[in-house]
Amino acid sequence: MPEREVPTFPADGGARIEYELQLYYWIRLIRAFEERVSHLHRQNKILGGVYSGAGQEAIVTGVCAPLREGDFLAPLHRDLGVFLVRGVEPGRLMAQLMGKETGLSRGKDNFLHGGELSRGIFGPTSMLGSSLPVCVGAALKFKMKRDPNVAVAFFGEGAASRGDVHEAMNFAGVHKLPVLFVCENNRFAFSTPIEKQMAVEDLAVRATGYGFSGYVCAGNDLLAVLNLTQRLVNRIRNGGGPELIEFKTYRFRGHSEHDPATYRDQDELIEWESRDPIPLYELYLEKRGHDLARVREQVDARVRNTIQEAVDYAEHSPFPEPHEALEDLYAPSAQTDAAEERRAARGARG
Amino acid sequence: MEITYLKAINEALHEEMRRDENVFVMGEDVAELGGAFKVTEGLLDAFGPERVIDTPIAEALIVGAGVGAAMLGMRPVLEMQFGDFISCAFDQIVNTAATLRYRHGGLASCPIVIRAPSGAGVHGALFHSQNPEAWFTRVPGLKVVAPATPYDAKGMLKAAIRDDNPVVYFEHKRLYRSVKEDVPTGDFTVPLGVAQVRRSGDDLSIVTYGGTLHQALEAANIAEREDGISVEVLDLRTLLPLDREAILAAARKTGKVLVVHEDRLTGGIGGEIAAIIGEHAFEYLDAPVRRLAMLDTHNAFSPPLEEFILPNTAKIVAAVRDLWAY
Ligand SMILES: Cc1ncc(C[n+]2csc(CCOP(=O)(O)OP(=O)(O)O)c2C)c(N)n1
Repeated sequence: MPEREVPTFPADGGARIEYELQLYYWIRLIRAFEERVSHLHRQNKILGGVYSGAGQEAIVTGVCAPLREGDFLAPLHRDLGVFLVRGVEPGRLMAQLMGKETGLSRGKDNFLHGGELSRGIFGPTSMLGSSLPVCVGAALKFKMKRDPNVAVAFFGEGAASRGDVHEAMNFAGVHKLPVLFVCENNRFAFSTPIEKQMAVEDLAVRATGYGFSGYVCAGNDLLAVLNLTQRLVNRIRNGGGPELIEFKTYRFRGHSEHDPATYRDQDELIEWESRDPIPLYELYLEKRGHDLARVREQVDARVRNTIQEAVDYAEHSPFPEPHEALEDLYAPSAQTDAAEERRAARGARG
Repeated sequence: MEITYLKAINEALHEEMRRDENVFVMGEDVAELGGAFKVTEGLLDAFGPERVIDTPIAEALIVGAGVGAAMLGMRPVLEMQFGDFISCAFDQIVNTAATLRYRHGGLASCPIVIRAPSGAGVHGALFHSQNPEAWFTRVPGLKVVAPATPYDAKGMLKAAIRDDNPVVYFEHKRLYRSVKEDVPTGDFTVPLGVAQVRRSGDDLSIVTYGGTLHQALEAANIAEREDGISVEVLDLRTLLPLDREAILAAARKTGKVLVVHEDRLTGGIGGEIAAIIGEHAFEYLDAPVRRLAMLDTHNAFSPPLEEFILPNTAKIVAAVRDLWAY
């Protein structure tokens, strides 16, 4: 297979500076967007389950940044950032969370279950782990059609206990499919600590059993995430078969908005809060000679505006009409249309 | 003492674990957290981590391992964190557990209970609102129950744990903290497979179970007060095996039957009930059996959509009036 061109961290000055700032904007936007979501949830403007990804933003940012149009992603329930980095309009995302007509699923489902296929995002069900076989299927299509694309499957270390995950990885290994498995190991599945989920320290070792490689990476370090992802995606795109990265990370908040997470050790939380991906990346920007105070000020304003516009858009959007609950169950087709007509005709005859 | 539906389930677990050391609890976040809904709260402290087991996220494992332990004499109570995720254990339930005795020449038993918090009306959307009972009510070898009151929740869970068959126990999330009732403190069970008349009436019968029982009772009161219609309400309590005699008695008594459930219309238990009545009480009927159920779609999220597809008190009242006028 021919070597394909990959977007890498630009080496040259101007482009690099722009790229660095774009990454900063994304990681900040995700954090702030989710904070606003929590707030709206407390005000009952967003109903149902909301799962904060605070602390894990570097993973979605660093994994999505090197991807291209046409690549396929299955985010996990904390990966709201995937939607933002892939360019889904923030207003439509907010409308999705509020159950509005203008949301991705047009009010049918909540939170991240409405995907956006035009940006390669599959809306996962709640059934943890069940998106991995789907992702592998997307990768199968890429291979069959010689598409230069990669499928990226995000999953928690908790979800990794499900059989679907094993089935997906095994098949991907057998067929050397272009898929990147991204495990966000945040040490807890709801209240269940890692020791009760698996008997090894690193989930990455499982890759060996499927015939590909597993990597462990610091998930709160945006540059580390980005560099490793770039390297592996490049290899996968060039026919190298699947890869698995286990990102070590931690969620800063409870499992969901309802969870005070009292089962966690406060020392552990403080340790991880000290590895907050945002200040870590700010340190990098400073070392690179950015005027951090100025950058912050600009990004603060941009983030604030984007979010306010998103909230305004969503709040002013209508709810769907009740009968829409019965729509979108089947694809429209000549056959169903004909059946409708026949039924109508029968009805008319009495 | 007056206790909630949730507390009733919790008490049943405590009491059964105290009574029989072979009873144990297994599921996701059931130990230290006490379950996503706090149904298993206090069990870890009382019985320790060997009998209150936090599992990885692995529903097929939870049920499959439950079957293995049960065959050898244990009595596991297995929790699905949400009833919706029971789909992930489907094979172990309908194939491994349900057929165990049959294919072992009647010499093996499978005394497991699978607890599944189900039901809509809590903004749970597609995957935290489902009423999956009808996937199981056509599987011989299983028992399927759906208690609606604290008394039944406690008594039927105890009966389920003591039963030698696999029992799928649906508990409606909306009822956890919203219904309370005086429940005796001593040991008691409520037999599986027996329906109960909750309200006596002469003009029309509502047959229902689980979450919609309370709406049906409310609707019956409204219809009586505002229209003078005397409505009987039958609570099925167990969906497999069905209490056919109680269903037929309700049909024969009033001649007009409305079946109400929150599970979907098509393929829901209402169709089976209508068929039983049609086959065995046809000559008593003054009207076709009517069904009010969730519309044939998914558990839509947006409030106007959810409101539109689910049964509620007002819709039951309207259906009662309609059927009465037939
Ligand atoms: C099949 C299935 N079982 C249980 C749940 C309930 N549940 C939702 S999130 C969660 C914990 C997930 O842990 P992990 O996969 O590590 O992701 P994290 O939430 O830590 O990001 C559980 C048990 C579910 N959604 N799906």
